[in-house]
Amino acid sequence: MRFLIYRYHPEKDQKPYMQAFELDGLDKNKMLRDALLLIKKQDESFTFRHSCGEGVCGSDALNINGTNGLACITPLSSLKEPVEVRPLPGMPVIRDLVVDMAQFYKHYREVKPYLVVTDPEPEVEFKQSPEERSKLDGLYECILCGCCTTACPSFWWNPEKFRGPAALLQAYRFLADSRDQAHDKRLEELDGPYRMFRCHTIMNCVNVCPKGLNPTEAIHNIKRMMMKDVV
Amino acid sequence: MTLARRKFDTLVIGAGGGGLRAALQLAQADAKVAVVSKVFPTRSHTVAAQGGINAALANVLPDNWHWHMYDTIKGSDYLGDQDAIEYMCRAASNLVVELEHAGVPFSRLENGNIYQRPFGGQSQDFGGKQAARTCAAADRTGHAILHTLYQQNIRAKTHFFDEYFAIDLIKDEEGVILGALVMSIETGEPLLIEAKTTLLATGGAGQLFRTNTNAHINTGDGLAMALRAGIPLQDMEFFQFHPTGIAGKGMLISEAARGEGGYLTNKNGERFMERYAPNAKDLASRDVVSRAIFIEVQEGRGCGPSGDYVNLNINHLGEEVLNKRLPAICDSIRTFLRVDPAKDPVPIYPTAHYTMGGIPTNRQGQVVVPIEHGEEPIPGLYAVGECACVSVHGANRLGGNSLLDIVVFGRAAGNDIIGYLREHRYHRPINESDVEQAMAHLTRWDRKGDGISVAGLRGELQAIMEKYCGVFRTEEILQQGLEKVLEIEQRLDDVVLYDHSKIFNTARIEAFELENLVDIALATVKSALSRQESRGAHSRVDYPERDDKHWLKHSLFYKQDRRMAYKPVRLKPLTVDTFPPKERVY
Repeated sequence: MRFLIYRYHPEKDQKPYMQAFELDGLDKNKMLRDALLLIKKQDESFTFRHSCGEGVCGSDALNINGTNGLACITPLSSLKEPVEVRPLPGMPVIRDLVVDMAQFYKHYREVKPYLVVTDPEPEVEFKQSPEERSKLDGLYECILCGCCTTACPSFWWNPEKFRGPAALLQAYRFLADSRDQAHDKRLEELDGPYRMFRCHTIMNCVNVCPKGLNPTEAIHNIKRMMMKDVV
Repeated sequence: MTLARRKFDTLVIGAGGGGLRAALQLAQADAKVAVVSKVFPTRSHTVAAQGGINAALANVLPDNWHWHMYDTIKGSDYLGDQDAIEYMCRAASNLVVELEHAGVPFSRLENGNIYQRPFGGQSQDFGGKQAARTCAAADRTGHAILHTLYQQNIRAKTHFFDEYFAIDLIKDEEGVILGALVMSIETGEPLLIEAKTTLLATGGAGQLFRTNTNAHINTGDGLAMALRAGIPLQDMEFFQFHPTGIAGKGMLISEAARGEGGYLTNKNGERFMERYAPNAKDLASRDVVSRAIFIEVQEGRGCGPSGDYVNLNINHLGEEVLNKRLPAICDSIRTFLRVDPAKDPVPIYPTAHYTMGGIPTNRQGQVVVPIEHGEEPIPGLYAVGECACVSVHGANRLGGNSLLDIVVFGRAAGNDIIGYLREHRYHRPINESDVEQAMAHLTRWDRKGDGISVAGLRGELQAIMEKYCGVFRTEEILQQGLEKVLEIEQRLDDVVLYDHSKIFNTARIEAFELENLVDIALATVKSALSRQESRGAHSRVDYPERDDKHWLKHSLFYKQDRRMAYKPVRLKPLTVDTFPPKERVY
């Protein structure tokens, strides 16, 4: 099977280049991560992040044949040859497929992604009905891989100001939580021309999310909450 | 070049649930805490825990902490320390409620309380009917807990060193731990982090075995750091093989699958667990179920063209239960096996899963070593979670007790550290000689020339461990295994790196990890060879019975001279009566 891999070594290379690799006798039922590991066996200087190998840790988000996805749950059989593997778009490249995620994490931190409760805490759990809890489905499962945010043209244009789909999905995860008591503050902080309203419903985020989540819908729901509060 | 230095009250190494729970406790008490993690915190392996966390909330069936305590002791095959187990089971309900208050999106019952499901080895009334003690967020409980703990640490402004690799502990002449030498993976530069207390929370070492449920990062780094600092490892012969890994691949299929009503069958369609555990059947403890699967396959009743697996059946549970309670494992089954779990049985086989042994600690999380009479803490050093051995899991851990272990002892260690910091207000000086050994370790990988590759030797080690230190063991096999691991240790000296660059050099990280794995492999095989009985996960074909007269004791492995020592099991609980060892049947 043929691969074209993005290579860039800041200590050696003036600029990035694509390197061809060929792997013989590859079992196509295996995942792209398995192939990348075989390439690393040939060339230990080849660098990419990976860990759990089952799509829950979010380490190995890559641009695969032009679409963002997780290498560990992308079957080789689903890929057209040569398989072009690049780092996530729109992020500074540290080395080969490893990008600097600092900006992505900063946006995540800035939506205050934690439950805020001001009432005194009881000695037992807060009650939450199954219906209330079901509102968190499709939100809490985010693995912070960055596939969505780095596929978003609005983020490419305004990486410092637009929160991006991943952070906004998390903002909504807490807005949708019946236990949270920072509702107004959260909405207030998302107001303005950039933080959320740069979303133009291009929906790249939805197409690439490896967990099948829908950040566009979450953003839409935040907007509806804002409207309701105004009216 | 002068070595860069940073100073904190506490250094936490590892950002899984144990490290983050401790860091949270400390940050909330205004201690200056640094968390060093070789991956971004939410990528730590706690994220992969599926089924849930045990606590006797009694939300679904009658329950209390004392029954939980009994089950845990029985599950441990009486090797668990009963004071630590009482402490953990008593704390469980409060800690789960605390997690819920922190934001964990637990699944819910109709009345709004936390959803609980039955898990293996759980009983009501000290061995009676099945209990339902495992609190769950669908089958993503570890993910939900890890993300929540990270989020609360963001709120508490904990200082994170993401993608830093810990090389070695720094110890002065009096044996006090003064921090650690770490390395930025991004820049390749070393950094000395000085701390009044250091907490190891680096997780397990599932990468010892070729087929495992663990992440690539689970190389037991903290265990090996402890060994190199002269600290023994406890009960390393006890390695848990999870009954239901995806056959041939190893991905975990949670015990929740059986908790929700799934069952195992052999090639004849027989529910074979009825023969091995007439009462608990498919929900017997993990060691029992793994052995049963192994025997079925060995005796020719395995499924498939090679007869090398058994089937897990969950197709009768219906789409609604599968989608609501087991969505993530259904995804995994579809992705990795291309099987529809709503229609077809799932091929599974026991897979290396959990390190029961580890760095010996007391129930405050202090690392303890034996002295002439009893044991004493190593000043400034703590350990929690899978890298530690309190021991609450003894010879076999119950499902749902590992997430509990990390939050209970993460919090306990945090609290004890707060007390320690009050009494030790100032950093002790670090002399250059204290750092020498760690620096030498760091520069060892600068060596150039021709030699063996890291990946090659790692693969060999994993194959050896699987073959010579698996589910069933004998003197002969273990002796061969020990010789082979010793040979690997020798060849480690010939391993060289071809990539000597600084920036994000993962080859260098994997070299350090390989060194760590070799040390832990030796501890595991040697401890297994020494223990001449069968207990929990340690099954000796040549010593098939548990032998309380000679072996109701913890083993300790020292790196120096590969020496074994032993210490008694703490059979006396904190307040209740001892559960004396008795025959263990499910």
